[in-house]
Amino acid sequence: MSSGTFTPAPGAAPLPRMVAAHAGLELRTLLRNGEQLLLTVVIPTLLLVLFSAVDIVDTGAGARVDFLAPGILALAVLSTAFTGQAIGTGFERRYGVLKRLGASPLPRSGLLAAKTCAVLVVELLQVVLLAVVALALGWSPAGLSASGVATAVLLLLLGTAAFSSLGLLMAGTLRAEATLAGANLVFLLLLVGGGVIVPLERFPGGVGGVLELLPVSALSDGLRDVLQSGAGSAWPQLLVLAVWTVVGSAAAARFFKWE
Amino acid sequence: MSLLRLHRMQSSAAPEAAVDVAGLVKRYAGKTAVDGLDLKVARGSVTAFLGPNGAGKTTTIETCEGYRAPDAGRVRVLGLDPRQDAAALRPRVGVMLQSGGVYPTARAEESLRHMASLHANPLDVGELVALLGLDTCGRTPYRRLSGGQQQRLALALALVGRPELVFLDEPTAGLDPQARRATWDLVRRLRTDGVTVVLTTHAMDEAEELADRVSIVDDGRVIAEGTPEELCRGGAENTLRFAGRPGLDLESLLKALPDGSAAVELSPGSYRLTGTVDPQLLATVTSWCAQNGVLADRIAVERRTLEDVFLELTGKELRP
Repeated sequence: MSSGTFTPAPGAAPLPRMVAAHAGLELRTLLRNGEQLLLTVVIPTLLLVLFSAVDIVDTGAGARVDFLAPGILALAVLSTAFTGQAIGTGFERRYGVLKRLGASPLPRSGLLAAKTCAVLVVELLQVVLLAVVALALGWSPAGLSASGVATAVLLLLLGTAAFSSLGLLMAGTLRAEATLAGANLVFLLLLVGGGVIVPLERFPGGVGGVLELLPVSALSDGLRDVLQSGAGSAWPQLLVLAVWTVVGSAAAARFFKWE
Repeated sequence: MSLLRLHRMQSSAAPEAAVDVAGLVKRYAGKTAVDGLDLKVARGSVTAFLGPNGAGKTTTIETCEGYRAPDAGRVRVLGLDPRQDAAALRPRVGVMLQSGGVYPTARAEESLRHMASLHANPLDVGELVALLGLDTCGRTPYRRLSGGQQQRLALALALVGRPELVFLDEPTAGLDPQARRATWDLVRRLRTDGVTVVLTTHAMDEAEELADRVSIVDDGRVIAEGTPEELCRGGAENTLRFAGRPGLDLESLLKALPDGSAAVELSPGSYRLTGTVDPQLLATVTSWCAQNGVLADRIAVERRTLEDVFLELTGKELRP
């Protein structure tokens, strides 16, 4: 290096380049993390195979995989957008990564956009993998209309937004260790009580009606309406997810601590 | 004449300081961390912020970096408000935090490329990595780097965007002597290339080696400020030691010396003079020795160090 190397030439990169660069780093970090892959890939795949092949839960009329596949897709979104993101961001906060990024040219909106891009890429990989496994297990989704496809995509996107806001709320307010424990616990509870593998009708009395208001229930119910029953819309479920998104985002924006 | 033009004329008449802090106060939960601190850093200079742990160095630096809002006082960095003008300021300022701020699984070179990609005209990452001796561990995850390597990576992250101004919070803490020298060389190069450097340290020799100006901080205030020479020369007395035969007549020596000098025989044959030790005084002492047939050997003039200055000012040992 010659003299003059450090001669100042400051400037921020264009926003799209910053977001792409940061999304790439987030994505590599996610894919490198063994525990995260266990949560986002191994567990949903195992649950799909196990509960489709073995008659553990009465899933009602029709093939078990037709009931399970939409629920497992909802679980995949939950695992990446909520659990994985909460844990990852919680430790970023703990290691001072967020603090250091706060002094870089990447604005907070860009950081959020990059995290969302990384989550969406992982979800795309999950959906492809789980759909292939489900089809191999004999899944026959309802004949999809254009509006059905649009509704399914909208459900997945709004579910991602709702879970992301809740995951960031947790990561930005609790200690990293508490986030790690809490996010896994929530994952487990929602797996059981969120209509993912156990139909909500199996719960006694009014409990099922309350559980329907959980974001993962709304997502799995909505996907099931479209993919199992061939519905062209799922407005009630989209509404539930929209409310969770608004509440979660407002709370995260208000309470998130960067260091 | 419009206000804008008036403003421009004023700023061209007096070049703005890179950092201008006046009367900064910052409290945490009732405890005052910074208590009316002033700091002015000229563009293109190296300024050391010297003081013990808990003196308020990091709080002041982090206020300049925009992490903290002042409770009172005024902070301007490159003429801008670090919080209100954060978006404009961030690309122009390089930051090295005490804690690395790198995800443990991120690889060294990957982190650097990532930071480079956030800037418009970054340094060549390969060259920077080689310059800092990180070329052998470019693919090593951050958590597996040695402490010194982590420090150097944090420094590289501060520099890669070619900033006008860098804040280095304890850049050599935990480095071995070679790595420390290498970092010092780098700081000197930054100055040569026109980068303004503000660094914190509790290493006196570091401040003396590197800094154009030193601000000594204690209990949230600047208690002394100046070039290292000014600070070491100022006020108090210097020392001259020599050895000769035991039992010299110091009364007669003192008559030859200016008022205010003092002499003592510390142990048989070992003498210490205190006073204004200048070339004239040294000449007086050696000629007195010649007149008295004394062969003075091991003559040593002791300059005050910044450490002495700090001890005098605070009466405290500097806690490392």
